[in-house]
Amino acid sequence: MSNTSPWIDLTGTPGQKHEEGIVVSDSHAAATHPPGLAHHFESYEQQKESSFLGMWLFLVQEVMFFGGLFCCYVIYRSLYGEAFAAASRELNVFIGALNTTVLLFSSFTMVVAVNAAKQGNRKWIVYGLLLTMLFGGIFLGVKYFEYSSKWEHHLVPGPHFEWHGEDVGRPVEIFFCLYFAMTGMHALHMVVGIGIMLWMLRPAWRGKWTPENHNFVEGFGLYWHFVDIVWIFLFPFLYLIGLAT
Amino acid sequence: MSEQHASEHEHGLKFYWLVLFALLVLTWVTYGAALIDFGHPWSDLVALAIAVTKATLVVSFFMHVKGATSMIKMSAVGGFFWLIILFAFVLADVLTRPGMREFF
Repeated sequence: MSNTSPWIDLTGTPGQKHEEGIVVSDSHAAATHPPGLAHHFESYEQQKESSFLGMWLFLVQEVMFFGGLFCCYVIYRSLYGEAFAAASRELNVFIGALNTTVLLFSSFTMVVAVNAAKQGNRKWIVYGLLLTMLFGGIFLGVKYFEYSSKWEHHLVPGPHFEWHGEDVGRPVEIFFCLYFAMTGMHALHMVVGIGIMLWMLRPAWRGKWTPENHNFVEGFGLYWHFVDIVWIFLFPFLYLIGLAT
Repeated sequence: MSEQHASEHEHGLKFYWLVLFALLVLTWVTYGAALIDFGHPWSDLVALAIAVTKATLVVSFFMHVKGATSMIKMSAVGGFFWLIILFAFVLADVLTRPGMREFF
């Protein structure tokens, strides 16, 4: 008796396990799904589409999360334009531009890693990840010195906040609240990203990601580029708004 | 599935260098534009326009949304669509309050 369905065998071939009166053939047997294709997907394409859709829904949630912070910024910027411009002048534009450049380069090296994964070049996945971590690390290092200089100049909101600039009122403190909240959340996302990349190094080197299935690498790339986009908006609205006036 | 594969944009590293170069140039442009005083809301809007251009480059090419399936495109655009609703309704309130007349 022949049976064309690989899933349910009603003929009761001896040696197969019985479940509730139906003989179920073991779909985990060899050759039912090729390497890198999970059991519950029909094809690599479907698997890829599912994982990217999931990643994008997560990123949409992130867009709304940072969107809330930006919305808060827009409200206070429209209420206290002058104070925000004056407070913004306390930030170092050169450092902000330097960090923007570093982060853009890190996005590029992430693309290098994803491109290597597409071609099954595991060596360059690792190099790409290492370079991305290096640029991410430089960004965070610069951020550390920037934060400590703000601390020394009493520009951290709270009981020790001191303002020696032009008299534009207390809203300068709101600017620094938003500055630390927004750049802090952004930096936290980068720390998490660098942690995930550290974890990725071993499987990447061992050849876990193939041209057929490197969805994890590409999905992580989406996350890293998203973090880059957040900074693309933070840079002009935190560092540049006070330059012209 | 094979159709999807054919429409997928495959770019070489040379192309990504060009995108990176464009992003770096736009970073200088946004700095240059910030030195010019366009007047109150306009300076911010110029900065916003340049940032949106940069983000579009990253989303389209680094994040491969250009050439992705319609479902991915819909999800990505959907996120920004809801963001616009958030900003539109909040600004419709804040900017029309008494004392905010200088905007109109």
